[in-house]
Formats: sequence, structure tokens, C-alpha cells
Amino acid sequence: MFQSIDFGLLALNSPGWGGALLAGFWRSIQLAAGGYALGIVIGILGAVAKLYGGRVSRDLAEIYTMTIRAVPELVLMLIFYYAGTDLLNRLMGLFGAGGIDVNGLAAGILVIGLVQGGYTTEVIRAAILAVPRGQIEAAHSFGMSPMRVMRRITLPAMLPHAIPGMANLWMIATKDTALLAVIGFSELTLVTKQAAAATREYFLFFIAAGLLYLILTLGSNVVLRLFERHARRGMVAPR
Amino acid sequence: MPDMDTITPLRPATGAQLLAGLRGLLMPHRLIMLALALTGLAAMVTQMDWSWLPAYLPRLWGGLLTTLWMLAGSVILGFALALPLGVVQVIGPRPLRWLASGFCTVVRGTPLLLQLWLLYYGLGSLFAAYPVIRETWAWPYLREAWPYGLLALTISFAAYEGEVMRGAFAGVPNGELEAARAFGMSPRKVFFRVWLPRAVHRALPVLTGEIILQLKSTPLIATIAVADLYAIVTRVRQATLLTYEPLLLLAGIYLCLSAILTIALRWLEGRMPSGG
Repeated sequence: MFQSIDFGLLALNSPGWGGALLAGFWRSIQLAAGGYALGIVIGILGAVAKLYGGRVSRDLAEIYTMTIRAVPELVLMLIFYYAGTDLLNRLMGLFGAGGIDVNGLAAGILVIGLVQGGYTTEVIRAAILAVPRGQIEAAHSFGMSPMRVMRRITLPAMLPHAIPGMANLWMIATKDTALLAVIGFSELTLVTKQAAAATREYFLFFIAAGLLYLILTLGSNVVLRLFERHARRGMVAPR
Repeated sequence: MPDMDTITPLRPATGAQLLAGLRGLLMPHRLIMLALALTGLAAMVTQMDWSWLPAYLPRLWGGLLTTLWMLAGSVILGFALALPLGVVQVIGPRPLRWLASGFCTVVRGTPLLLQLWLLYYGLGSLFAAYPVIRETWAWPYLREAWPYGLLALTISFAAYEGEVMRGAFAGVPNGELEAARAFGMSPRKVFFRVWLPRAVHRALPVLTGEIILQLKSTPLIATIAVADLYAIVTRVRQATLLTYEPLLLLAGIYLCLSAILTIALRWLEGRMPSGG
């Protein structure tokens, strides 16, 4: 079978599927990056709620992370996607606006971000706890407002502690975008399946897509290493 | 790549801690939240449409069993594969070492869904193309979907755990191995009596977390038509056109499964002797 593989199928223009694959790859990267960014926002809020929040917000954050970590990503994505679009449409209906078609990319980013947020909360919480208390207390005694303490001291100081976990989460985000194929987002994995089914060259397309994913994960690994070295500058004895 | 450490399981709770936890539950704001949750649950049970449930209960049970079988099978087979993958990366000859670490990197660097579809559609179509295979005893199995699901889950678990075991094997203090050798143990005996038990012991907290992660990967096999819990619920959704009820039930079942598994693994971990 390997003699008969037609690499022309990977050509960028039709009838080759290379262009479609690359478009799917770009969409996967957008979904991963958007979801990751949203996850960081949720994670910082969640970590602050867990560490400095009142009783109720602390418990709510705990319930959120516990649920996210106990239920399969695929199930969470389905719930967020169907329930999210359904609720949005009902809400719009309440205000008299007609049903809207939710933008696919935004919905995908929202779904991935909500899942990522649960894990990011835990990573950032642990990283903030690793910052020596004295540094934060010193900032408070300088009369900085809590927001400024967060921006100037806590977040930069926790960064080196958060990077290994956050790097791991980026890898998970890139791989989680593939799950959106099950819901029907035309990202890399789904495009690959369509291409493979149309041409019946399963190995060619799935291995090509695997290589694209590998390029993404290994490439971002290199970048993250460099970033970690930058964030750790001036720290004594790297782990 | 750094190892996953976001799911570090908690220490086993003692009686005093449990009592403190109970007292924590009785704080006023928690009582209010509990009441809200219970009313929410009651509203779900009474207001939503659960009339489909009795008819599907036997199939749901079958799906649950399939999910658990796939989890147990892939964890056991995957761990058996992870041991050589870990050892080879520590003491193996260089080509083997590269091969093992390359395998782990490739599997960890690509989505499980892609691997699953590659195996199912790729291997499946390849096998079907050769009449020789159709006549062997294996064909009735190769025509089914579950062997591919089990294979993909096993490979994935083996790759992640191979990386964990590499760290665990490398982390066993050299002095212990030297002491074992000084006792005159054969290399085999050193491995089975000292190196392996110590490495597994070191890796245990990570491994229990990874088993929970593996449980969360199992619904992917529904995409290749293995009738696991998730697949059954998908069928319910298609037959009844309900959005929320089946998904909420599914999430509830997985929550319970994760909780039971976490408690069981924690109990097991607590029984392990931890002499330094």
C-alpha cells in the first residue's frame, strides 16, 4: 500500500487537501490560543477567589474546579456548547431579539476556556502560594492598592512558579481543540477525517495531521523553555 | 515537557479531619448553598423530562460496564507497557532510549482522538484490504470497534506513564541499588526486589491522578462506535431530542465515578507502607 501513496493529495490547491489541512491547523491554533487566554483570565479570578475571596466565592470556586477536574472534557464541552447556545438564544428571546447564530470560533474558545479555567485556577493558586508572604506584605505596607499589589508584585513573582504547570496546560489546550471535532468544529482533526474519508488515504492524512500537531507542541515547547529562562532570571538555583 | 502535577491527589483523611469537614459543612453560608443545591436537584428531578430513563436503564448499565472495562484494561496493559518504556529510557542502549523517548513524545504531542481515528480507520481499512487477514481467527475481533479503542487508550496511557516511570526509576537513590548489589543479588533480583517496588512507590501519587485522567479520556472511544456510557447517552439524546437531561445525567455519573475512584485509590495509597 505504501508504494501507492499519492503525496499529490497534500498539494495546497484542489484537488490536493493541503490547503484545507493548513486552514484547519490555523483554526486549531486560534481555538487553542483563545481558549488558553480565556482560561488564564478565569484562572486568575478563580485563584484570587480561592485565596482572598469571601466564604461564598471561595466555595463556588472550589465547586467549579472540582467539577471541571472530575468530568470528562468531551462531556463538559458538549454541555457548555449546547447549554450555552441554548441559554443565549432563550435570553435573546426574552429581550425580544430573534435567535442568533453563535459564532463558531467564539463558542469554541468559550468552551475550551471554561474547561482550561478550572485547571489554570489550581496552577495559579499554587504559584501564588509559593510567593514568599513577606513580599506581598511589604507591598501592602507601602500603601499599594490591592489591584496594584496584584499587578506589580503577586503576578510577576508567581510567574516562574506557574510556568511549568502553564506550559503543560498549553499542551493540553492544543490537544483539547481536537475534541471540538466531535461537536463539529472544522478544526484540524475534523478536516483530516473528512480528507481521509474522501480519498480513503487514512494513513497519509492522519500522519500529516499528527506531524502538524507535533510541530505545534514541540515548537511551543522550545518557546516556553526560553520564556521560562527569562521569567526565572535572577532566581537562585533553578529546580 | 513538564509532568502533569495539577491533579495531585490529597492525603487520606483521618477521622478528626472528617469531623472537621462535617463541622465545616454546617457553617451558615454552606447550609444555604446546600439547600439551594438540593432545591435545584429537586427541581431537576420534578420539572425535567426523565420518562425515558427506565427504558434505557439496562443499556446505561451496559455502557457503564464497557467504560469501566476499557478503563481497567487500558490501565493494566498500559502500565505493563510503561515499565519497559521507563526502564529503557534510564538504562537502555542509546538507540532503544531514543526509540522509547520518541514514542512518548509523539504520543504525548498529538491528540488522542487523532490517534484513535488513525488506528480505527487506518488499520481497519488496511486489514479489510487483505483477504489473508479475513480468514484468520483474529478477524471477528478486528472487525469490531473496541479492540482499536482499547489499543489507542493503552498506547496513550503507556506513553504518559512511561514518562512518569522514567522519572521514578531515575529517582530511586543509587545507594539502594548498590546496597542490593552488594548483598549479591542478581540484576534480575535487584530489579524486582528493590528498583521496581521503590519506583512504583515513588510514582504512586502521580499514577493515581493519571488513572482519573484516563477515566476522562474513555468517552472518546464513543466516536468509533464503541457502546460505552457516553455513546449510550448520545443515542438517548438522538432518540428523545432532549438537550439537558441526558447530559446532566452523564456529568453526574462521571462525577460519582471520579469521586469513587479517587476515594478508592486514596485508600489504596494509604495502605502502601511508606518507609522513607
